[in-house]
Parts: sequence; structure tokens; C-alpha cells
Amino acid sequence: MGMLTSTGTLDPGGPAAAAILFVPVVVPALAALLAAVLGWRRWIAWGAVAASAAVLVAGVVAACATDDGSVLAAGSLLRADALTAVMLLVIGSVSVIATWASVGYIEGELRTHATTARGARRYAILVPLFIATMSGTVLAANLGVMWAGIEATTIVTAFLVGHHGGRRAVEATWKYVIICSVGIALAYLGTVLVYFASQHSGGADGADGTLAWTELVAHADRLDPGVMRIAVVLLVIGFGTKMGLVPLHSWLPDAHSQAPAPVSALMSGVLLSVAGYALLRYRVIAVAALDPAFMMTLLLVVGIGSVAFAASMLIAQRDYKRMLAYSSMEHMGLIAIGMAVGTPFAIAALLLHVIGHGLAKAVLFCASGQILELTGTTRMDGVKGLLVRQPVLAGVFALGIAALLGLPPFSMFGSELAMARATADAGLSWVVGLALVLLLIVFVTISRPVAAMLFGPHDDTPQPDTGDGQTMSAARPTSSSIPLILGLLALAIIGVATPLDGLLESAAAIVGTR
Amino acid sequence: MSTAVSTQLLDVLSGAILLTAVLTLWRRDLASIIRLVTIQGVLIAGLALLLGVDEHSTELYLAALGVLILKAVILPTILRRVLRDSGEVRETAPLVNVTASLLAAAALTLLAYVLSGPLVALAPSAATRALPVGIAVVLLGFFMLVTRRRALSQVIGFLLLDNGITTTAFLATSGVPLVVELGVSLDVLLVVLVLQIVAARMRMAFGSTDLDGLNGLRD
Repeated sequence: MGMLTSTGTLDPGGPAAAAILFVPVVVPALAALLAAVLGWRRWIAWGAVAASAAVLVAGVVAACATDDGSVLAAGSLLRADALTAVMLLVIGSVSVIATWASVGYIEGELRTHATTARGARRYAILVPLFIATMSGTVLAANLGVMWAGIEATTIVTAFLVGHHGGRRAVEATWKYVIICSVGIALAYLGTVLVYFASQHSGGADGADGTLAWTELVAHADRLDPGVMRIAVVLLVIGFGTKMGLVPLHSWLPDAHSQAPAPVSALMSGVLLSVAGYALLRYRVIAVAALDPAFMMTLLLVVGIGSVAFAASMLIAQRDYKRMLAYSSMEHMGLIAIGMAVGTPFAIAALLLHVIGHGLAKAVLFCASGQILELTGTTRMDGVKGLLVRQPVLAGVFALGIAALLGLPPFSMFGSELAMARATADAGLSWVVGLALVLLLIVFVTISRPVAAMLFGPHDDTPQPDTGDGQTMSAARPTSSSIPLILGLLALAIIGVATPLDGLLESAAAIVGTR
Repeated sequence: MSTAVSTQLLDVLSGAILLTAVLTLWRRDLASIIRLVTIQGVLIAGLALLLGVDEHSTELYLAALGVLILKAVILPTILRRVLRDSGEVRETAPLVNVTASLLAAAALTLLAYVLSGPLVALAPSAATRALPVGIAVVLLGFFMLVTRRRALSQVIGFLLLDNGITTTAFLATSGVPLVVELGVSLDVLLVVLVLQIVAARMRMAFGSTDLDGLNGLRD
């Protein structure tokens, strides 16, 4: 590229860097605009895939430029460090899988009249917009703008959750919008209080408050602890809501099970982690402003609470999409525990976990959408002998579950082990013990019914509620599995060849403490 | 304006904001609840204007104008439209009756004073001493949200919560940066619009907006 300087590296504040930072926001937004003007077309759907690929490429370029610790900036609005690059990689790769799967998904729905041309158009507008808002969130240099980005994701996804219409979709949408808006409003109050504290952090001359992250981190030790304590509680509850953590988590299983499969993939695979990213940014400030134990206790409570609640809900779970949703809650709980530990090693492990979870959930939700299309039911006892009927799809689903449960060679094996070690190193062996017991419960409660779905006797009687979709979808091409197989490959490569270690270390150095 | 007068005006406005919030818990008639929320919007705009006069800040004048348009004109109009379409004029069966709600409001206001102690202590001034009012309105909005069973009441609860946060923001920081303020206002507007559409769908699917009907999704 001609824009690169003679040394081969990107000028961090130059126009090339700025262009790279705008790509992940502007390109998907253009794809949405195209869909808004022209409606659903096959090539526009592929345009959304291309836009996602552009996000991924921008993520790769940002990763190469920042893994030595440098920072790209576009004015005072956007900035990218190694942590941003990691998040862009996750957003980009999961988006590629989800938008690719969307092409076949919406075509199938149009064929079976499960959606109208209007619904398809809305879907084609909102999905790229959703990707753009998430990219904007992780690129924002200002914590106020970051907050607005996360809130915008709620608005954009509301009608995606309600895509299918009907009572259940309406119910899920209502809960989703109300609970997440309240949670995120609490996070806004927390943001206001951080701003208030920063206004009074510099003695008599410090009348100018700021929400710029770098400035807040630089002056974090001067922020008033009394105010910051209230702010941090509000921020953890608020962004925790969006992350699917207790106590305001009840929207998650409903929204993730009612949304179209590729949207569930995006919501579960990246949106939850983007909210977690916001907490990571705030954690550095909180730890410097307060007694570090305060933040740790808070995150441990919500983290362990979420893992325990998810494990208990998985025990009697009969719906495979809800099972995947609760599994997301469990993994977000684990990530919160990693955040509580907060050492650079723990942060690197949890970021690897974010990547692994994103890819695995993208594969699994998209596969579950195809299983639903095939069988017409989301009940696990309604699916039998999948390996015989659809060997490729069944194989993808089985490998995805294996990755999710932390089996090698997939990367979540390494990230879970690393998080356990980091937690034990921090003197929290009891947390490791507790988490292991809970993970064992999760392992059994997920693997047993999934085994029954895969093997079990093949049942030929057609499902009652599928209608004519049954015959059409039985002939579904195996090409729909290609993005899912690519996702699994990426998971295995990251697990075996560990190509991201340098980047993860740089990212962990930015937000890790001690 | 002399400091004494502006301090008194500030106290009157803050008191009135709290009063309107408490009254929304007292009234059961949805139309008068919407009127109360409108009045509260005007009061918050007045608060921003007063702070703007004190600090000679154009940014605050603009914020006051924005708050007035959004919270006293646009949002109430949307709420009235939802009310007209739904044809349900009363909050029929709140989970907590009016007497208990008012007692809870008193308790929540006390709690707000306790909670905001550290906030006032950081920078004691006429404005920050009124901060507990903002926090109290947040808590009252939250209370309304969890105890009411009509879709419209929940939206109003969310707006109360948001009004409380806006009040807190003005009192504590004389307003967050205008960019963030704009983003927040746009978000609130969009959330309410989304909820309006979802409420309309709810009526089509369930025949009413009674949230007790939302029980199809469970484990």
C-alpha cells in the first residue's frame, strides 16, 4: 500500500490510519443504505458479507499496526489500540459467518413465505447497521460515545429480535428493549458520575471534565473514591445487563431464542462481548481510583452468580436455542470472573475466550437455525438421528458443541485453562474449584441431550408444524455449511497455532493491572 | 440574578420535579400521568435554563431548548398517541396499591438522600445539594417500571428514570458534553418510538397491552 510509510508501518495519526478506523463503521453503514434504497437482493446480501469482510480486514490491519503497543487515532473521535483490534477481529469474523449464513437464511424464509419482501428488506438494512454500531462502540475514544454506541445496538436489534412476528417474538422484543434500556440508562448515570468526578479531580483548576478514555486513565488516581464507588456499581450493573450477567439477565434467553439464527449468532457471539469490552475499559479506571478489591468483589459476584444461574437453568433445558443462550450467559460469567482477576495474563486469557466463544456461538447458532429449518422444532427431543439425516450439518453442530465445552484442539480449551491458572495465581483457588464444579454440570447437561439429537433413532414422521417448508428444506445445499466450517477451522487454528498471542499480550498490557 | 434568588428558584424547581414524580405514582388515570410527565419535562428544561443563566453558558441554553422540545413536546405526543390507540385509560391493576406506592416513594426518597451523600460531599454547592432529587426520581421511575402492568406505564416509568438521570446530570455537572447529550436524547426518542411500535404489535397479537399476557417464553 502506498499509504504506508517507508519503514513499512502505519503512521498512527496519519490519514491512512484514520481511513482504517472509519472503514468498520462506514462500509457496513453503506451496505445498509444500499439495502434501504433497493430492498432485498441476493447481491446486496453478498454486499453485507463483503462489508463484514472489510471490518475483518480493517481489524487485521489494525492488529498488525497496534500489536507493538502503538495507537491509531482519527482526530479525537476514534482510536484503536491492541484491545480495539482484538474486538474488531471478533466483530469482523463473526459478522462474516453470520451475514454469509443470512443469504441462505432469508432466501429460505422468502421461499417458504416465513417472511415478506418488507421483512427481508428490514433485515438487510438492520444487520449491517448492527455491525456498524458495534464497530463504532469499540472504536470510540470517548466513553460517552461508547455508551451511545452500545445503546444504539439495542435500538437497531429490537426489530431483528422481533423479525418473526407473533406473540413470542413480541414478548421477547418487549422484554429485550425495556430491560436493556433500563440497564443501559443506569450505565449512563454511571457515566455522568464519572464525568462529575473528573470535573472535580484537578483541584481548583480542574473545572473541565472529560470522558476521553486516555485522559481518564491518566488521572484515574485523582478521581473521588466516594463518587466512583457509586459510579462503578451502576456501570457494572448497567453494562452487565447488556452482557447478560445477573441481576438483569432475564431478557437474554428470550431474545436469543426468538431472534433469527444469524442475528442470535451476532448478539451472542459479539454483542455480549462488546458490552464486556466497555467494562474492561472502565475497570482500569476503577481499579486506580478505588481499592482494587472493590471492583474484584463486584465482578466476582456477578460472574459467579451468572455461571451458577446459567448452570441451574441448563439442567432441565429442553430447547436447544435456549440452551445455547444460557451457555452464552455461562461464558460471559467466566469472562467476568477473568476480569475480576484482572492480571495481564487473565486479561489475555479472557480475550482469547471472547474470540473462541464468538466463533463457536456463531457456528452453533447458524447451525441451529438450519436444524430448525429442517425439523421445524426447537425442542431437543424433537430432533433425532441428525447424523444420519444431515451428516455435514450434524458434524458442524457436534464440533461446535465440542469447542464450546472446551475440548481440544479448539481455542476455548486453552483459554479456559489459562483463565483457571490466572485465577489460581491470584490466590482465588476457591473460585477455580467452584467454577470447575459448575462447568462440569454444564458439560453433562449440554453433552447428553446433544448426543441424543445427533445419534438416537432416525424418526421419519414429518413434524406437524412445518407445512411445505419440510420438502423444500430437505434439499438444502451443503454450501450453507461452508461459512460454519470456516469458523470451526479458525477456532482450531487459533487453538493450535496460537497466532494471536502477541496481539493479546499487547491488549492485556493496556487494560491489565498488577 | 442574585445568588439567593437563583438558589431559591433552583430549590423550587427541584422540589417540583420530585413532586411530579411522586404524583405519577398517585394517579391511576394514564392521561393525567402523561400530563405530569410533560410538566416534569418543562421543569427540567427550566432547571437547565436557570443553570445556563447562572453560568452564562450558550451550551446550556441549547440543552434547555433541546430538553423542552424532546421531553415536553415530542415524547408526550408519542405517549398520547399510544394512549389513544390502546383505548385503555387507566392503570387497572398495579402490583402495589396507591397507599403502599406513596409510602415506598417516601422510603425511596430517603434512600436517595443517603445514597447521594458522597456526591454532595465532593463539591458542595446549591446545585449539588439538590442532587438527591435526581437520584430519587431515578428510583421512583424504577419502582414504577417494576410495579405497573400496562405497557404504557412501563414506558412512562422508563421516561421518569431518564428524567431523573437528566436532572442528576444537570445538577451535578451542569450538563454532560453536548455531543453526548445529543446522543442520549436521540437514544431516548428512538427507544420510545421502538416501544410504541412494539406496543402496537402487542395489541395485535394479544388484544391488549396487559403485560401479564407476556408469559409464553419460559423454561
